[in-house]
Amino acid sequence: MVKPEKLIENGIRLDGRKPDEIRPIKIKVGVLNRADGSCYFEFGGNKVIAAVYGPREVHPRHQQKSTSAVVRYRYNMASFSVEERKRPGPDRRSIEVSKVSREALEPVIFQEYFPRSAIDIFVEVLQADAGTRTAGINAASIALADAGIPMRSLVSACAVGKIDDTLVLDLNKDEDNYGQADMPIAMTPDGKITLLQMDGHLTRDEFREGLEMAKKGCLEIAQLQRTALMEKYSPLIEGEVNE
Amino acid sequence: MDKKLVIPGEFLSDDIKLADEGTYVEDNKVFSSVFGIASLKNHIKVVPLSGKYIPRHGDLIIGIISEVSFSNWIVDIRSPYEGLLHISEFPRRIDNSEMSKYLKVGDSIMTLVKDVDQSMKVELTLNDQRLRQIKDGRVIEVTPSKVPRLIGRSGSMIAMLKNETNCNIFIGQNGRVWLTGKDKNLDLAVRTIQKIEKESHIPGLTDRIVNFLKEAKGIPVKQQVKKKTKKEEDRWHEQEPAEETVDEKMTEETVMEDAEEPENVEENKSGGILDELLDK
Repeated sequence: MVKPEKLIENGIRLDGRKPDEIRPIKIKVGVLNRADGSCYFEFGGNKVIAAVYGPREVHPRHQQKSTSAVVRYRYNMASFSVEERKRPGPDRRSIEVSKVSREALEPVIFQEYFPRSAIDIFVEVLQADAGTRTAGINAASIALADAGIPMRSLVSACAVGKIDDTLVLDLNKDEDNYGQADMPIAMTPDGKITLLQMDGHLTRDEFREGLEMAKKGCLEIAQLQRTALMEKYSPLIEGEVNE
Repeated sequence: MDKKLVIPGEFLSDDIKLADEGTYVEDNKVFSSVFGIASLKNHIKVVPLSGKYIPRHGDLIIGIISEVSFSNWIVDIRSPYEGLLHISEFPRRIDNSEMSKYLKVGDSIMTLVKDVDQSMKVELTLNDQRLRQIKDGRVIEVTPSKVPRLIGRSGSMIAMLKNETNCNIFIGQNGRVWLTGKDKNLDLAVRTIQKIEKESHIPGLTDRIVNFLKEAKGIPVKQQVKKKTKKEEDRWHEQEPAEETVDEKMTEETVMEDAEEPENVEENKSGGILDELLDK
């Protein structure tokens, strides 16, 4: 795609969204039978699947910590997830994404409950459309809850960016490619930030405003995450109140 | 009743004194730490809907020998941690060289968690009247957090199940269930246990299971002949919770159910050890 003349016109973006609108989200919990917890997550054009195993034994042994669990996070893009075939396997980018995503989730996991064990998180990107790390974190946090792992709260993530000098929430591919800034943020529902990255340029005021927008976006996602988890058991739980 | 489905981080109460398992306290408030069913009565606790078995002192569990080392059997206890059964914890004095003659890789045992230390080193023992090797029957697995529901309030669910299916059933705290009996009965028992596991979070479980069993058998069956077996079995299961904190979990857990069998209480006192029954 060549650069469009305008990314935003009269407050409406290329895909018809308003500046502070996130893309449609679809969530399914418990999609993998062999994993302890799993989640399929659609975030606009992004399609990711997250699987959680553990706590389980640590291999290789030397990685284990004697007082807490180790959290391992693998972010991987399928070779068919982007237009131009991606060379399979870890590359510089996906190693970085794995690291920051792991650090986005570690603060909420009660790692000290499981000394000498490992919690493994695998995130596979099946289709990419900008914002895969945020989609991955959203999916992984649901999968962790599904696996029954004790956590302080869920983590929700979404990005803010700047296109044509306007701050917008949750960039899509074109906005990411031709925009001026992209800032993915992950946080807990009570506003504790666990991931904040940025490329491009924002002024101080834009940064502050962007942060507020991202907060709202994350809160919206947190609601959807909650609903999705509840739905896994809700068809069976009716009548719980009048018991 | 005060039961509801909660996600991690959900606010539960202002009274931090009531905080129990599955919760954490921050800023003088109680929050849920797991995805599960919260009960707010007496103590605030959340029972997770899934999760691994974490061994605790005094748990009766079913393990599978995974390795025989110099003076220990290494036992898979369905947990992130392996169990260690030292040669001295075997009921008889045996020589190092003869260890795999008594218990070899792949053998199943009923065992007791003797001790768990800070670094989660799990020591097991077979030195108890109630413990033995598992030689016949079947072992199936259920989610460890559902074990209390499977046992029922003071053993009501399991007693009913045993009575109705004519099987001997032992439930390990690690979610392994050992069943012995006739093949046909075993099939029914296994199916019922799977149903309990799947529906344990829905109220009115006992009634549904009773109906399910009746349906499966066509008619409700009365067991007079099996009376003795039941007595002994009940006693066996009553002991388990009485040993430690699990006790409370079980009673709490199953308050939802109305079906209680007062006769059990009487029967618990009588009946002997299961030896003849299990060592056939």
